[in-house]
Order: sequence, then C-alpha cells, then structure tokens
Amino acid sequence: MSARATRRATGEPLWLRALLMVIGLGFLLLFLGVPLLAVFVEAFAAGWPAYRDALSDGETRSAIALTVLIALVVLPFNVVFGVAAAWAIAKFDFRGKSLLITLIDLPFAVSPVVVGLVFLLLFGAQGLFGPWLAAHEIKVVFALPAMILVTLFITCPFIARELIPLMQVQGKDEEEAALSLGAGAWQMFFRVTLPNIKWGLLYGVILANARAMGEFGAVSVVSGHIRGETNTLPLHVEILYNEYNAVGAFAAASVLALLALVTLAAKTIVEWRMRHETQRLTASDLPPEKG
Amino acid sequence: MRGRAHPQPCHRLTDAMFAPLSRRRRVLPGFGLTLGCTLVYLSLLILLPLSGLAVKASQLSFAELWEVASGERAWASYRITFGAAFLAATINACFGLIVAWVLVRYPFPGRRAIDALVDLPFALPTAVAGITLATLYAGNGWIGRHLEPLGVKIAFTPLGIVVALTFISLPFVVRTLQPVIEDIEPEVEEAAASLGASRWQTFLRVLLPGIFPALLTGFTLAFSRAIGEYGSVIFIAGNMPLISEITPLLIISKLEQYDVVGATALAMVMLSISFVMLLAVNALQWWAANRHRPGAAGSGR
Amino acid sequence: MPMLQKFILFVAGVAAAWFAVGAQADGNGLLNVSYDVARDFYKDYNPLFQKHWQATAGQKVEIRQSHAGSSKQVRAVADGLDADVVTMNQASDVDFLAEKGLVARDYARRFPNNASPYTSTMVLIVRKGNPKALKDWNDLIKPGVQVILPHPKNTGNGRYSYLAAWGYALRQPGGNERSAQEFVGRLLKNAPLFAAGGRDATTTFMQRRIGDVLLSFESEAELIAREFGKGEFEIVYPSLSILTEFPVAIVDKVVDKKGTRKLAQAYLDYLWSPAGQENAAENYLRPRDAALLKKYASQFPPIRTFTVDEVFGGWSKAFPTHFKDGGTFDQLYQLK
Repeated sequence: MSARATRRATGEPLWLRALLMVIGLGFLLLFLGVPLLAVFVEAFAAGWPAYRDALSDGETRSAIALTVLIALVVLPFNVVFGVAAAWAIAKFDFRGKSLLITLIDLPFAVSPVVVGLVFLLLFGAQGLFGPWLAAHEIKVVFALPAMILVTLFITCPFIARELIPLMQVQGKDEEEAALSLGAGAWQMFFRVTLPNIKWGLLYGVILANARAMGEFGAVSVVSGHIRGETNTLPLHVEILYNEYNAVGAFAAASVLALLALVTLAAKTIVEWRMRHETQRLTASDLPPEKG
Repeated sequence: MRGRAHPQPCHRLTDAMFAPLSRRRRVLPGFGLTLGCTLVYLSLLILLPLSGLAVKASQLSFAELWEVASGERAWASYRITFGAAFLAATINACFGLIVAWVLVRYPFPGRRAIDALVDLPFALPTAVAGITLATLYAGNGWIGRHLEPLGVKIAFTPLGIVVALTFISLPFVVRTLQPVIEDIEPEVEEAAASLGASRWQTFLRVLLPGIFPALLTGFTLAFSRAIGEYGSVIFIAGNMPLISEITPLLIISKLEQYDVVGATALAMVMLSISFVMLLAVNALQWWAANRHRPGAAGSGR
Repeated sequence: MPMLQKFILFVAGVAAAWFAVGAQADGNGLLNVSYDVARDFYKDYNPLFQKHWQATAGQKVEIRQSHAGSSKQVRAVADGLDADVVTMNQASDVDFLAEKGLVARDYARRFPNNASPYTSTMVLIVRKGNPKALKDWNDLIKPGVQVILPHPKNTGNGRYSYLAAWGYALRQPGGNERSAQEFVGRLLKNAPLFAAGGRDATTTFMQRRIGDVLLSFESEAELIAREFGKGEFEIVYPSLSILTEFPVAIVDKVVDKKGTRKLAQAYLDYLWSPAGQENAAENYLRPRDAALLKKYASQFPPIRTFTVDEVFGGWSKAFPTHFKDGGTFDQLYQLK
C-alpha cells in the first residue's frame, strides 16, 4: 500500500476536515467566545475612564487582594493532597480504590450552595461545633477560615485527577531503580518523581487556581459579605450588579476573566513544555517499551 | 481492585513484572503515609462535612423525607434538572468530541489560544455567566435576535437552562478526551486502513471503542456538575414553577423559608444520586481498563 | 529539603496575615448587616453618623457594611455573623432573628414608626409614553400585557409585589380572599418569567426589552434612571399600593458580647434625626418626617397605601399563608 493511500485512509478528506473545524470552532465561538466578548463590551460600555475608576475603587481592590490570598492559601494544600493521593492511588493496588477515587471526584458533583450550607451546618452558630467555637472565640464562618475551607472543598479533585493518570502511565520502574541504587525515600521523590510529574502538577495547579478564584456559590454562603473585608471578587461582582453599577460589576468580572486568561496562557506554556519534555523522554529513555 | 489505569503497554509490562512481587511486600515507600494523608484529608474536608448534612437531614423521619423529596414541584424540578443536564451533557459529548478532535488533530493558526479558552467556564463566576448568557440569548440579544425570527426562544425557557448548563460543563468532555485522542497510536489506524476499512469504519470500529470510556467519563462529570448548578441558571431560566424550576432553586426556596432541614433533605437526595452516578462511572472505567488488559487481570490472580 | 522549608515559611506567613486581618476586624466599630440595594443610603448615612458621634461622644467609630439578599443576610446573622445592627427590607426577616433569640421580640416597638425609619411603595414602571395605557393594578391582568417581577416566593421585592396586588384586589368592591387569589393568579399568568431578584427584573425589562410593565420599589426607580437614563421609562402610581417598611433592630446577643449597645442604639436613633431623614429623602426613600415629606413633595406624589399589618395581620401571618410551601403562591401552581 502506498504512503498516499495510507494517509488518505487515516486522515479525513478535506471537506470533512473543514466541516469538523467549522462545527467545532463554531461551537466554541458561540458558547465561549461570544460570552467573553460580551463581558468586555459591558465593562467598557461607559468608556475607559469609567473602567479605570471602577477598578481603582477601594472595595474592588480589597476584593481582588482577598481572592488572590485565598487562592495562595488553598493551592499548597491542594498540591500536598494531590501528590499524596496520586502516589497512593497510582503506585499501589488496594481494595476500595474506585470508592476512593469517587470520593475525590465528589466535590465536582455537589451543588456549590450545598457546599456552603454544609460548612454552616458544621461551624455556624447553630451548627455542630458552633457553640464550642463561640465559647473559645474562634471565628470560622463569615471569616477567612470558612472561605478557605469551602474553596479547598471545591478545588480538591483537580490536582489529584491530573496526576493519577500521568503517574499510572509512568509506572514505578524509575523510582524502583532509584531505590535499588541506594536513594532514600525523600531523595527518590525529589530527584525522580517530582521532576517527572512537575508539569502535570503545574497544569493541575493552574486549573485549581482558576476554579478557586472564580468560585461564587459556596463562598457566598459563608462569606458574610462584609465590604472590603470578606467580599471576594466574584461576590463583589454580584453586589455591584445588584446595586445598579453594571460597569463596575462587569469591570470586576473582566478582571476575573483576565486572571483566568493569564492562568490559561500560563497553562498553555506549561502544556507546551510538558509535551516537549515527554517527547524528549519517549524519544531517548523509553524506546523499548513503546513497541 | 484497580482504578482508572490507562491501557498503556508499558504499564502492562511493569504490572506483569511487579504485581506478584508487590503482593509479597511493597517495594516503593510511602504507601502508608500517602494513603493515610489522603484518607485523613478527605475525611476532614469531604466526609465530615457531608456527614453533617446527613445528620441534619436525619432529623426528618423517612416519611417526612419522602414527602419533601416527592412533591409535585419536586418531581417536576427533577425532570427539568436531570433532563436539561442530560441534554447539556449530550451536546457537550457530541460537540466536545469534535472540538477535542479538531484541537488535537488539525494544526491551525491560533489553536493554542482557542485551546486555552476551553477552561474559561471554570474561571468566570457563574452569576456573570448567567447574566451574560441571558442578555445574549434574549429576544434582542446578539444571538437571540437571530433565533427569534425562526421561532426559537432560548432565554427564559427550559432551553435557556440547557444553554447555561452546556456552558458551565463544557470543559469536562473536551479535557477528558484530549489526552486520549493524543494517545491513539497511528499504527492502529494504518492497520485498519491497510485491511481495507473505510475511514468511517475505522472510526466506528477502531477509534470509537478506544475513546468511548473517556467520552463516558467526560459525559458523566459534565452531567453531575450540571445537576448541581444554580448561580448561572436562575438568571436565564425564567424560574416558572413546573416549567423551568430547577431542584437547586427549590433548595434555595426552602432556605428562604428558613427551612434548613427541608433544604438538607433535598440536598441529600441530589447528593446520593450524584454519588451513585460517579461510583458507577469509576467502576465502568475500571471495567473498561481491565477489559483492555487481559494480561494484567491474569497477573493479579 | 528546601521545598518543605519554603512551604512551612509560607504557611507561617499566611497564618500571620490571617491574625492581622482578624485583629483589624475587632476594632471599635459597628457591623451593619443590610439588604443589597441599601448600599447607597448607608454609604451617605455612615459618614453623617460618624461626624455626629465624633461631635457628641468624641469618639471615632468605624462602621462596616454587609450587603446581600435580605433573607440570606439574617440567616447569616443567625449562623454567627457578628452584626451589631440589622437593617432589612422586610419584617419577616427580623422576626426570624427574634424567634432565634438574637433580637428582642418587641423590636418593632423599640424605635418609632414600627422601627422603620423610612418607607417606600410598589409602583408600576412602564415604557416611555405608556403605550399600553396601564394605569392601575387591574390593567395588569388584561390579556396580552406582560408583567415583569422578581420571584414572588424567593425574593423580597417579589413578595411585596405579590402582596400589593393581593391587597388591591381585596380592597375592591366585593373583594375577598378568593377573588384576591384569582386576581393574583391572573396577574402571574401574565408574567413570562420570574426574575432572580430586583436588579435582574430591571435588566430584563430595561435592557432585554421584555415585558410591558415592571413591578418595583419606588426608591429603585431612581437607580434605574441612573443606569438606563431617565427618559427611558415612566413611573405609574396605582390607585392603591402597599407601604413597604424597612425595619431596623439591634442584635442584642452581639452588642451585649461586644459592649457596643450604646453605640448601636445611637446609630439607629440617628436615622430619625433630621439629617438621617433628609438622607432618606435624597435617596428616594419616603422619610417619616412629615415636614420633609412636604419639602420633597415633587419626588413623592401622594399615594394611598396599606401596610402588611393592616391587611395581612403582619408578616408573621402573611409569610406562612402566602409564601411557605403549600401557601397561596404554591396553590396557584398545583397541577390540576
């Protein structure tokens, strides 16, 4: 069979290619591109000065700061948990693995409003630990701790989900080789495992970050909405909108979209380097296993 | 039991080599530590809070729980919620497959930028998404004004719910399919082609079975995410009882009446359904992974 | 292990930041938990009070504001949000706090005028030139008229709209509970959707151009004008409407713990001062002060109103009858 015939058989004819691209890209444009554009159009509806004023508002700034702070606190926990969970799940076999993975997936499926409610039921004044916390003057709900907790809940699956398939594909031989050469456990982890998963880890961090910054429903329930204090950027957007300040609201929303786009751009770079590295790896280190 | 192992040849190889060994003693360190950490973290962050929900809901007797969960409005809302979520997940499965295919297989200028756009629904607050979508799809919106002459009304109808849910659950299918399509080895397609299969036959008989488990995962993740969504839907749904009222709105409605117990009861119902569905998918993944690797299944016994 | 050290350092830094934030929160000040559109009023009122308190008590006082949906806010207070005072748009919300023991049961008598320093009323907002010639509530049940209102069961504005129409029907010749329910049912049949909130209803009506009439607070008309332009709509005052009261209360449990009772009392008392009343009028809320009402007469045309207490026997009766599960609203949507 000639090379040309093979190519024809394994690739789509030109018209089909074009059709698929039109459908696929049209779908993305309709569902993602147009809404994104609309956010920016609303934000700039009153011109650049109004946009700048909206963003230089003190409460908007403190909302941005709080949003970034929460993301910064949440991500390290996510990293430690994600790596630990992926290590246990990908490198070992044990009973109940499906159940464990399902538990990790569960936060995807819980309605954000319910997530907030759940933490109120635990830590609120009428909740399980509420009276004890009040007696010891520890503030959890309507303060930073609860906002961090719900964000941890929401973002819990991302890094683990990213790492599990990656680590499963990588297998355990490299680590075992390191051990047999006399490396200690931590040495093995930092010298062998971490370099192998670093790009996947970063990819997970970026997705979790986007979700952490954008979360509205769950945080809304436990925030208390104190201006300049416990309002995150998504909450602030809603408040501004409800107060008939559309420009302010969409300006703040556009900041979130920009934060997202920045993280997305970072992710694209990460992905590219990851692919680059994998190619190098598969090209040089693992040729026998590829067959 | 094995989780969602990739049907990778190299993994199969290591498994065949090390599975018997690891049954006698675990070679790699840290199993106890990492599994312990994972379990403690999950227990504190996920299980404990959710059991708080169960405790609260258990203040109702079973009969009362049934009454809360089975009213006329509740049934109508389940139908709307699950129906719209199912439709949205189906739309995402069909178009997501095409999008993932295009993004992986066809190089074109600006592909990376468009690829990056796929995660946008994670980052945009759901309320902003809802308000923007409602404005776009209203009769005088950028999109709605082209649909209204055709007699298609989207904003403030159940169709609006489908649009919002499609938006917020869009990344799941694309993102689960992308790595799998990337992993398809060209040899497989070439072999099929050299055996005289047409492109369509190759896709149907060779490619689709390989992609299917991931497609199903993406579908289910999108479906379960869509079921719980509230923030974006209320702005575009119209919220008419029995017509466009979703179950999370009923939960909010209970909270507005200060009926926390009723709200938790409804939340428990939704949570249980989601849990069962996710468990089924993970089991299915396990089954699909094992089906593709008879060698591994043999080595474990 | 440099990474581990960095991580520990980072966590320590965050903990320090956390305590810093916590310490700042416990200053000498008040937390006023309020409904969402009250922001404009309190943004102007707080500096007035701060100046007054500086002059009379010689103290600087910090006032923190929290705004969100009314019922959501009181739920948060019940769950431990440390509000010194609550300023709501519906008595049923404060009643809930009274039930929970956070607010005195007789809170409505602790301040003048049913503890509501200002009022508003539900009006009809129609398109420029009033093309459908809508003059009163009974025009809204005509076939072909589209009515936009927020969700009558889940939002404060929606509940007031519902009760206003109900009270109007009840006060018509031969009106009774049955005819009122039928009237409201016909009105709601003309609603193509229930908006998520007051603001969302406005956007739907003004920006998306859906509907012939929007039910809204008189005070919000000014906000609508600011966002969409004054000439874009007209306000129609119906022959009879509901007097919406905005009750304020001291959260006893919190002020006793924080020792802020005197300050909280002064803060709410000052709402009835001339300066406080004038601030209300400037924000298009009807002041209780008769002289001021006269001064701003062009802004507040006379309108016949009824209160929730007069027609429905108070929110504690109106709420369960109409808005709880199985109430009159739900009855309108039973499958036959």
